[in-house]
Amino acid sequence: MKGYRKYFLNKLIWLLVTAVFAFILNFTLPRLMPGDPVAAIVARLAQGMSSSTGMKEVYEQYAELFGTNQPLLTQFFIYVRNMLQGNFGTSFSQYPRPVADILRTSLPWTIALQFPAIIVGWVIGNMLGALAAYLKKGFDKVLMPISIFVSNFPPFGMAVILMVLLGVNLKWFPTSGGYGFDLMPSFTWNFIWSVITHYQLPFWSIVIIAIGGQAIGMRSMSIYELNADYVKYSRFMGIKDRKIVGYVFRNAMLPQITGLALALGTMVGGALIAEIVFSYPGLGYTLLNAIMGKDYPLISAVTLIITIMVLLATFIIELLYGLIDPRIKAAQSD
Amino acid sequence: MKHTFKQIFHSGKFVLGFCIFMALLLLVIIYPIIVTDDPLAIIGQGTFFPPGIYVNSYDSIDKPSPYILNLPDAAAKRIVSKLSESDRQEMKDWLLASGIPENEIDTTDTAKLMEQWETNYDPTKGLGMTYAKQRYYQRLDKSISGLLSPEGKIIAAQNPDTGILEQVGVINQSDYVNVGEVANVRVLMLGTDNFGRDMLTQLVKAIGVSLQIGIVAGLVATAIGLTLGLLSGYIGGWVDDIVMFFTNLFTVIPSFVLLVLISFSIGQDKRGATTIAIVIGLTSWVWTTRSVRASVISLRNRDHVNLSKLSGHSIVHIIINDILPYIASYVIMALILQISAGILTEAGLSILGLGPRTTEVPTLGLMMNWAMIYQAHILGKWWAYLPVLVAIALITFSMNLMNTGLDQIFNPALRE
Repeated sequence: MKGYRKYFLNKLIWLLVTAVFAFILNFTLPRLMPGDPVAAIVARLAQGMSSSTGMKEVYEQYAELFGTNQPLLTQFFIYVRNMLQGNFGTSFSQYPRPVADILRTSLPWTIALQFPAIIVGWVIGNMLGALAAYLKKGFDKVLMPISIFVSNFPPFGMAVILMVLLGVNLKWFPTSGGYGFDLMPSFTWNFIWSVITHYQLPFWSIVIIAIGGQAIGMRSMSIYELNADYVKYSRFMGIKDRKIVGYVFRNAMLPQITGLALALGTMVGGALIAEIVFSYPGLGYTLLNAIMGKDYPLISAVTLIITIMVLLATFIIELLYGLIDPRIKAAQSD
Repeated sequence: MKHTFKQIFHSGKFVLGFCIFMALLLLVIIYPIIVTDDPLAIIGQGTFFPPGIYVNSYDSIDKPSPYILNLPDAAAKRIVSKLSESDRQEMKDWLLASGIPENEIDTTDTAKLMEQWETNYDPTKGLGMTYAKQRYYQRLDKSISGLLSPEGKIIAAQNPDTGILEQVGVINQSDYVNVGEVANVRVLMLGTDNFGRDMLTQLVKAIGVSLQIGIVAGLVATAIGLTLGLLSGYIGGWVDDIVMFFTNLFTVIPSFVLLVLISFSIGQDKRGATTIAIVIGLTSWVWTTRSVRASVISLRNRDHVNLSKLSGHSIVHIIINDILPYIASYVIMALILQISAGILTEAGLSILGLGPRTTEVPTLGLMMNWAMIYQAHILGKWWAYLPVLVAIALITFSMNLMNTGLDQIFNPALRE
């Protein structure tokens, strides 16, 4: 177990280092934006206000509130302190609503949508990929072109196609929102059913895209493993085919787990855009609104949350990987 | 080299991908030579004109028609197209109220419906309807009998001196114009978009711009990835440590987040297509770096490299002559993938409203963004988004087919 602890610590330190860099990037990049966001807000608020001294007063009040009139370094420390306290500042575009409040309402939607979808897509994709490698012939011939095509299809494109086919034309599922616009969130059967029907289209559009990419990766890994010496040796030994397939599958699986950890960022990015197509009340849609409103506290908070989510998920996958792959324990205890 | 090319063009997948890609490229090159219109010119007043041939009505009634065709089904066709869905429904309601059983009424069978209407409609019957409703049916009946009347329509023009309308011609129901003789005919194969711009012209231009964005992004990413990968793989030591630190860092921090932050910071006014392409390239070099480094490390201690070192060749010479040829196939495959990924990324960014600024050139992403904002997908205006999606899918699909084909040639384990 000593080897695993070392592996764990290693990964934990790495998580912290990346988190620090994520903070720095998140803070600096949006603040390079040309134009003064405070001035933009004041301009919006002050429509109809004629005295220029009144405008100036409002401006100074806001600048104070957001700390934008202080040097960048001081702003950074204020920012980090606030972030760690869960205080993300006040939204510009939805003033005076605090950013933390906006995130609290949108984050659960995104987590509940994306993680199940990515995992389901990953599992189905791997099963199909392994089957294609093992069965070859007809199945492979049909599955591979479809997988290549689907995995190259833009995620928002899949969302639009599903929406038009199943939502607009067949009217099986609602086309936008997280629940019926005439309902209030509550624990009634009506509301839960509405949430379930609204969930289907965004969910499957993410799953289908994930299936394509994973199936291709798993197929090549499985073909590679099927040609490995140990498979031939096992065949000579007269070991049953089913047992060999089990070994092959396990070995091909390991790189796929790392692959998932590495591809998570890209997948989440694509899925966020799919959310936008369905106006799903998650982080993607919040981000779109923030961009439209030039709302940098909100953009910064959303991107930070996305980064932290991806970092944590990657960390968890790597920990699990360390448990599954015997080579890691062996390598670390050397 | 010649043998390799021969092998490449024997791979079905590569050839298929190559053909699709070349067809798109030819379209992008040849179409602007034939149609020289400005792709962003607003020609339509209104949104989403459906695809079709647009014949100028003014030009077609301008001169007395020499063509008279007596076609037996012309009148029936005219009525079918004039009678709207709601009119049919109202007619059905009246017929139902007057006591015709529902299973005898079919609103899709125009001839039968008209016949039933003519035999049954009686404007004196109230049927317990409101006065407004009765008036509505009287108007409907009038317009229906108008449809059936065999007279032509009179064209009148205002006399410039007296201001009185004067008859200048009559158009009979059996008059025809030859489309070839009408001065102004415009074929809008894909209709117009929400701004009233010709979709096809715009789409072709957008494919070209998106390909350029993809190529610039791919070249930037591959150049950075290749340089960093070669440096860290071949030199090793602290260079390797630093490069790998940043590579690992940007592998886990989603490039999507960086792209959003950077393109937002650049600001709408400064975001040209090239800027976006470079930004995409700057955020997607990680994979190439990793793979190039891995290959270089495995090559570093091969005999021919050591021999070259012993002969006193410089690092640059060794890298160019002894290492690059071995990873060239991989780098080309990575470049192809980067180009297709760049096109997809641009589309994603544009959907978020962070794409290139909208006034200069169309890109596939921007066209998609406009279609989404104007809800073309919900309104059923398929020509505004489907061709764009198909174009994106064809580009990325063709590139990935080429890539898979190459992969099977250079990795014998994957061959069928």
